[in-house]
Amino acid sequence: MVRFENVGLRYGMGTEILKDISFAIEPQSFQFLTGPSGAGKTTLLRLILLSLRPTRGLISLFGRDALSLDKAAITDLRRRIGVVFQDFRLLDHLTTYENVALPLRVRGKEEASYRAEVTELLRWVGLGDRMHILPPVLSGGEKQRAVIARALIVRPALLLADEPTGNVDPSLARRLLRLFTELHKSGTSVVIATHDLALMDQFDGARRLVLGDGRLHIFD
Amino acid sequence: MNMFAEAWGRVKAILGVKSGPGIGRDQALVPASSIAGRALVTVVAIMTFLASLAAGAAILIGDASSAWQDQVAREMTIQIRPTAGRDIEADSAKAAQLAEKTPGVAAARAYTKDQSEALLQPWLGAGLDLSELPVPRLITVSLTPKTRLDATALRRTLAAAIPGASLDDHRLWLERLAVMARTVVAGAAVIFALVLVAMVLAVAFATRGAMAGNREIIEILHYVGAADAYISRQFQRRFFRLGLRGGAIGAGAAIISFLALSTVSSWWRATPSGEQVDVMFGDFNLSPNVYAAIILIAAAVAILTGYVSRTIVFRHLRDLT
Repeated sequence: MVRFENVGLRYGMGTEILKDISFAIEPQSFQFLTGPSGAGKTTLLRLILLSLRPTRGLISLFGRDALSLDKAAITDLRRRIGVVFQDFRLLDHLTTYENVALPLRVRGKEEASYRAEVTELLRWVGLGDRMHILPPVLSGGEKQRAVIARALIVRPALLLADEPTGNVDPSLARRLLRLFTELHKSGTSVVIATHDLALMDQFDGARRLVLGDGRLHIFD
Repeated sequence: MNMFAEAWGRVKAILGVKSGPGIGRDQALVPASSIAGRALVTVVAIMTFLASLAAGAAILIGDASSAWQDQVAREMTIQIRPTAGRDIEADSAKAAQLAEKTPGVAAARAYTKDQSEALLQPWLGAGLDLSELPVPRLITVSLTPKTRLDATALRRTLAAAIPGASLDDHRLWLERLAVMARTVVAGAAVIFALVLVAMVLAVAFATRGAMAGNREIIEILHYVGAADAYISRQFQRRFFRLGLRGGAIGAGAAIISFLALSTVSSWWRATPSGEQVDVMFGDFNLSPNVYAAIILIAAAVAILTGYVSRTIVFRHLRDLT
């Protein structure tokens, strides 16, 4: 599904912040990406999402050489990936409902075709009564759930979550993790970037990708 | 039927018409507050107003010039210069007769001695005895609208029969009028083009500003799987609406200005200066062409505004790495 071979990244003429990164994410797999703050977790997720180009190495996404794709093909690949951003990235002028429905809307779907599905998902993440609220009014936890719902609404083949429990209390964090595990059971590969050890301990079967000093260490 | 439904769907999306009851408000993805909308509407309105004035003036001058040329081309003048040993009265009558017999001539009217002298009054003043002056006689020849007159043949006939007779077909005036009208229309076209270029540049700057202000929204749209064409359409939709509003205001102001000008000119018509304006521009009743042109300009401005913004956004996104 995702394959990195000797990928390196540097900004400008600086030192490499990611060095010789090689790993694969298999279909229906579950992994935590961890490491200290500033280790490059978000950068690695952005590389998977093709919003950054590596300075060297090979990246393959869904069996295609990601570095030789045109923009239309990149858009196609991104449509198979759901993303949960650490800083939410909700559109402040759209309601919670409209934000969650955004991935479907940009695919050109009529609202009537997804209304029930979006409403149901919002209820499932506990935002059924916050559908018409604009993001600035939502709490951190509610924003986090809205972002997760936005990532899940297209039933992605791969889910990338950057510190998804960073802004929520432990109880909600457990609920969100259950959400991710349910998603994994339904066939989605999940990558959760976190430095929350307690969260990782709740899911024993997960692979751990640990970033440190720009290098990746894998613990199966 | 499906094609029609799809096309209607696109039109509704551009115009922001909501399809059926829904929870989403069909809220624009590019927020109105992120674009200098009021300033752009004002600029577009001013540009549309100026472009409409230029186009209206060009049509007005073009119509008036055609009217002048028609009027002048429907008449010719025979001039009989006094020649020693010849009866100028008889020559005038003969020239009128010869002209009337020529195919294409509707009527020929010879000016009498008194009428000819009266024509000189504006230059020489009244109350003078002009009997000693060799005042030429004029015969105005009205032409039939459809039959073409052979001016060369008539000129030759007159020269053979009456020494001192000459035919003026007003060609020089016609050419000067045509050149003047063409110059004015070309000037208006240049102004029109400059105004449009200035408007396109204003829209381009506004679009770039909007893109800079919406960088994060564009990034999010990319992440959730929006294609470049989709994002460009969002900007096009927003700018089309702004262009439509600005165009409507500018065109409305231009139509009101022309209507006001028409009303004022009708008040002045009875005065001597009004008569002069009438001679220059006709009765100032603007043809429906002017109003149609203004409405067309407003529509074109809206479409152009949307198109320019979409093109700029699309190019910018294409160049993003």
